[in-house]
Amino acid sequence: MVELIVVIVTILLAAGVFFMLSGAIGLLRLPDFYTRLHATGKCDTLGEVLIIFGLLLYHIFVYSPGAELSVQLVPVKLLFLICFIFLANPTATHAIMKAAYNTGLKPWKKGDPRM
Amino acid sequence: MSDNSGKVFGIAVTFCAMFLFWLLLSGYIITPEGKLDVIHVGAGIICSAIVALISHDLLVTGKEEKILSKSFRFFIYLGWELWQIILANFDVTYRVLHPKMPIDPLIIEFETPLRSDFALVTLANSITLTPGTITINVDPAKGKFLVHAIAQAPADALTVDKTMQNKVAKVFMEEG
Repeated sequence: MVELIVVIVTILLAAGVFFMLSGAIGLLRLPDFYTRLHATGKCDTLGEVLIIFGLLLYHIFVYSPGAELSVQLVPVKLLFLICFIFLANPTATHAIMKAAYNTGLKPWKKGDPRM
Repeated sequence: MSDNSGKVFGIAVTFCAMFLFWLLLSGYIITPEGKLDVIHVGAGIICSAIVALISHDLLVTGKEEKILSKSFRFFIYLGWELWQIILANFDVTYRVLHPKMPIDPLIIEFETPLRSDFALVTLANSITLTPGTITINVDPAKGKFLVHAIAQAPADALTVDKTMQNKVAKVFMEEG
């Protein structure tokens, strides 16, 4: 049972790292500010959530059995963290995007040189 | 419901939410000897009572109707949204890792019949999290959205298919 959980946790962590990595590659490869936000805004959300969910499973099934109550409640805090990331990440992406648009930054069009 | 009983209801709901939050976050409910941890739980009761008295009008505005059926439909919508987020990530990963980078960014504008704050926030955040689109600006008076799309296909999903607008409108029962 514990071995199975560890395998699932490893897969979740690896998937999270993969999405964070592709977000970082996108940040470097994409041509302008707006398209870069596409990469970071989406990949970071799912990447972080997958990593935290992996930690949550590990904590419930491997780390905390037999521990005192305040340690066993840590997964609840991780769950709150997931909720707040889902709320805050798109909002922050949107706020940065709006600020750039209001300052008059022109979006990149196909065929333009990289900015 | 009269004004006064609505206020009491608001304070009671806020108090329960704050106290539950306190218990879950502190974890000091039972002492190692197996008794109720009076000091920490008592401090929690006092603090949540103060917060509930001061800011009960923030959590329970008293304007919401049919809140149960709305939140039920909202949770079903969240499941669909979660699936969309996973699709969005594969979409972005594909565009980023593809050697030729198949992107063709454009900015689109469309209007929705949605008016309530919560519906607008839900739709704006959903647009940002789903494949290839990010909300730039929302005009709450007209329900007008300004969206940056990374290619033509995700833009069409919003302006032509309108799947997401209709789903959000259905959740909050505003005609879409």
